[in-house]
Amino acid sequence: MRRPAPRRIVVVGASLAGLRAAEALRAQGFTGTLTIVGAEPHLPYDRPPLSKQVLTAQPGPPGTALPLPAALDARWLLGRPAVSLDPTARTVALADGTLLPYDGLVLATGSAARGAPAALAGPPRGVLTLRGLDDALALRAALVPGRRLTVVGAGFLGGEVAAAARQRGLHVTLVEAAAQPLERTLGPAAGAYVGALHRAAGIDLRTRTTVTGFRAGANGHVTGVELATGDTVRADAVLLALGAAPATGWLADSGTAVDGGVHCDPYLRALRPDGSVVDGVVAAGDVARVPQPLAGGGRLALGHWTNAVEQGAAAAATLLAPGTPAPFTAVPSFWSDLHGARIRSVGLPAVADEARIVEHDLAGRRLEVAYHREGRLVGALTINRTARLAAYRTALREDGEPAQQPAPAA
Amino acid sequence: MRITVDMNLCESHGQCVFAAPDIFSFDDEDYLLYDAAPADALRDRAEQAAAVCPVRAITVSAGAS
Repeated sequence: MRRPAPRRIVVVGASLAGLRAAEALRAQGFTGTLTIVGAEPHLPYDRPPLSKQVLTAQPGPPGTALPLPAALDARWLLGRPAVSLDPTARTVALADGTLLPYDGLVLATGSAARGAPAALAGPPRGVLTLRGLDDALALRAALVPGRRLTVVGAGFLGGEVAAAARQRGLHVTLVEAAAQPLERTLGPAAGAYVGALHRAAGIDLRTRTTVTGFRAGANGHVTGVELATGDTVRADAVLLALGAAPATGWLADSGTAVDGGVHCDPYLRALRPDGSVVDGVVAAGDVARVPQPLAGGGRLALGHWTNAVEQGAAAAATLLAPGTPAPFTAVPSFWSDLHGARIRSVGLPAVADEARIVEHDLAGRRLEVAYHREGRLVGALTINRTARLAAYRTALREDGEPAQQPAPAA
Repeated sequence: MRITVDMNLCESHGQCVFAAPDIFSFDDEDYLLYDAAPADALRDRAEQAAAVCPVRAITVSAGAS
């Protein structure tokens, strides 16, 4: 069914996915009104440096602004979070009362750092989380050489911050509930490898334990972390790196399915709980929970940089497609840089049931792991072996590419 | 078409190799190799490679191939 071309498009979310969607809308010929809404006061900036160079660069943090194309011609509404969506009236409401009508809407609100669990509610001052630029600058200020930092959670973000703090000359304790860092994402062998990198860099890695409480001084500032083992670790600052959750709170009453992210069809169109399409609404980036061929079609929200880039462009294409849009089939990829080791991955190692070690060289700082699910390749990971990844990605594309099916009429 | 890569920025992410394998590749040490003057027919792929580079190290410009 042919739909009229949208005249007013609103992008909610002024980070990478929202910006790339906006760029793609203009590049694909959209000439109508383009409004970009951001909860933070900042123009779009790049997040990967927030846990790396923004913490380590001297004498000051590097700029992180993303380049804005001259022809974007967008109206920016920054520092004004969206608070609700009415898909029947086709309006988005902002915190300051502004009501934005739309013909097309891109949901790109990203994700938010998980805070302290309920048992640790009301942590003392000096217990931080990291998601945005302002968080990163606050953390940077706490990274004083010679002081003690405890990082809770040894995932990618926690690991990178621990590495950055070590590089700055802090004493770093890294606390992880699982037996190895990144075990659930990368499996025990790759997790143990990353754990060895942390320990070789002088980080005190404590696995199989959790934080049960904080100690604070008379001034209300954190002085230590209590562990389930009974140990207390002295700390001048604590970073909680307990993962991120898709920022869907503002969509709770919108009638869209939002548990674990905005449920999407293969064209990135938002869905209702009954599986019907919310007309004129697409999602991209961390907030989008999208069918993944490598996960047997199960819907996953992926908080990776390349995912935001590729879904932003694909969501724009769906909004502008006069007829049948193209399904989103990009092979996921992510990276991390730890202690000078280049960790690179394609596919979905997290959904694998088997990790096959192809090369394991701790002294040479090289690793290659192929991930399978029910005997089929679903991902690969390398450390300082990026050259090996292209062949895996080609294999994943050829195997994971779903048959091109026409979309049902919106 | 001319391709330039700022090798001071390149962190060997590999996204350009995925997007445009006819232009970009790695040697055994993960050092990026590329064709600085590829055929104009590869323009879309070159621009896609530039768009997916996480450190924006790639510049695509017009010029004799």
